[in-house]
Amino acid sequence: MKRWLTDPWRKPRLLAALVWGYLAWSVLPVAIAVWFSFNAGRSRSSWQGFSLRWYWQDPVLSVWNDPDLQRALLHSLRLAVLTTLVAVPLGVAFAIGLDRWRGRLAAGFNFQMLLSFVLPEILLAVALLFLFTNLLKAVQLGTWAQLLGLVTFQLSYPVIICRARMLSIGSEYEEAAMDLGASPLKALRHVLLPLLSPAIFASAVLVFADVIDDFVLVRYLSADAASEPMSVKIYNTARASPTPALNALATIMLFSSLLAIALGFFVYRRLTRGERTQESTVEGFAAQI
Amino acid sequence: MATSEAPATTREPGQAEPKLPHRRGARRASARAGAWHPRWFWPSFAVPGMVWLVVLFLLPFYVVLSIAFGAVDPLFRTPVPVWNPAQWNPFQFELLYDRVFGPGGFLGPAFLRTFAYVAAASALCLLVAYPVAYYVTRYAGRRKGLLLVALLAPFWVSYMMRMLAWVNLLEADGMVNNVLEAVGILDEPFPWLAGQPVTVTLGLVYGYIPYMVLALYAGLDRVDQRLLEAARDLGASRRRTFVLVTLPLSRQAILAGLVVTSLPMFGDYFTNDLLSGSPRTSMVGNLVNDAIASPGQGGQAAALVLVMMALLALPMVLYIRATARASREAGR
Repeated sequence: MKRWLTDPWRKPRLLAALVWGYLAWSVLPVAIAVWFSFNAGRSRSSWQGFSLRWYWQDPVLSVWNDPDLQRALLHSLRLAVLTTLVAVPLGVAFAIGLDRWRGRLAAGFNFQMLLSFVLPEILLAVALLFLFTNLLKAVQLGTWAQLLGLVTFQLSYPVIICRARMLSIGSEYEEAAMDLGASPLKALRHVLLPLLSPAIFASAVLVFADVIDDFVLVRYLSADAASEPMSVKIYNTARASPTPALNALATIMLFSSLLAIALGFFVYRRLTRGERTQESTVEGFAAQI
Repeated sequence: MATSEAPATTREPGQAEPKLPHRRGARRASARAGAWHPRWFWPSFAVPGMVWLVVLFLLPFYVVLSIAFGAVDPLFRTPVPVWNPAQWNPFQFELLYDRVFGPGGFLGPAFLRTFAYVAAASALCLLVAYPVAYYVTRYAGRRKGLLLVALLAPFWVSYMMRMLAWVNLLEADGMVNNVLEAVGILDEPFPWLAGQPVTVTLGLVYGYIPYMVLALYAGLDRVDQRLLEAARDLGASRRRTFVLVTLPLSRQAILAGLVVTSLPMFGDYFTNDLLSGSPRTSMVGNLVNDAIASPGQGGQAAALVLVMMALLALPMVLYIRATARASREAGR
């Protein structure tokens, strides 16, 4: 015992135990919630046998048959797709512009973009709610307002990720292309954009997965029950004696974002093939976050 | 990285042009940077994003100002924005001040509570996350990738689902009470979800600790391993190496982690709603949310938003400047 304690190169058992404890603490509650979405009974704390009742078998209360839950699920996916389609091209162009322009104005907008990244979401949500109800009244609360708000909040992901990658690409490749006679636009399209594609792709995945889980903005900018996505549904019913159908909804939500991330990871690995060893792909992808 | 040297010089017009006799192409490119592109070429890419931010980021906060310093409709008690700053009236702030500091100010405790909960939760996050991040960067070995995936996993589980999971576990007949009763620690179910500060604080820790882990991981991963080896070679014990080398080198990461976890905690109201739902534990986020939900309180909500912006401005700006510096260094 004493020798083990004084051995300067001993393995950090205590630290390892702490890490496993942490992982268990962070994963187990969610795993239990997923597990109970397959419960045959109404309880969310005592196990009454396996069934898919809360997914589609129950004729009234299951996710598949409850029009409210179904609508929430579709609305989440709709917002995620629309936001990704708008925020990513806008953000990539913004990143390219800010990175190459380098004026005082560009620095100011870069700061603003970063501010939108660290600002607590509730502050932006309240501000946008006031904007749409007092000034830009043409924008109806609901899908449109939610889309505009989410794009504003998510814009910084593609910008930050693309700028980080542009920093490591540099501008030599483009300059080489233009030395060989390419026009600026051609150099951009045939040289810079392909080199940026992993970053563009990673940011699309992150935006998609983040919007599926978004709560604060979409709740303030929703108009009625029809424009309330899954996260709001969970918030509204979590304390009001819900059925395991809510767990089922949350599980579906979980797997849709995990699927997006896993898919994203494999495509990212293909896009950056040859740039990194396999082990650090995870880190490269993680660094994008 | 050698490849980024040349563009780094093209980007700083104030600096003298380095002599690069062997790379005529590169030199010409830097000497004439911008000459190949029309002046409007790069700015035109930024214009859509700039317009977007002006209309949907700056303008909304101007509306908040106009409402916070604006008037109130005498009949419907709805806030009436006043667009002209010359006519702004600070009565909403006077009202808010009374409600916070005045006699019988019922908002004051919520502010104090917010600071207490956020401080306790961030400190706990740091205490738990530091060893975890430290282990993954130093000792994980071949399993590093796998562990990293496990650490990142909570990011992709919706916050609401993670809180729902705890609501399930902490209910009167939930698993936590069942286990504690079975072991004999509790004689009867403990009302975890009935306004317990402990539950709210731990809920905040559970919700935001992944940000802390990631920030610390990024910082600790950058620490040069050779410095640690040198310290050990020179006879420092494991503990001394940690205290004298690792800890000082990770100071920036600790600060960044504290900022990225505490900023969203300050704006949080849903953790409180789901895990407590009692006004006994409400935080500033709840005040904003309640003001938005109740008729006639729009002006108070706007004033609260501005007060929060002012309180959080310093950490936000410091964090942005620190990350900008870090990314410049990483690019070098």
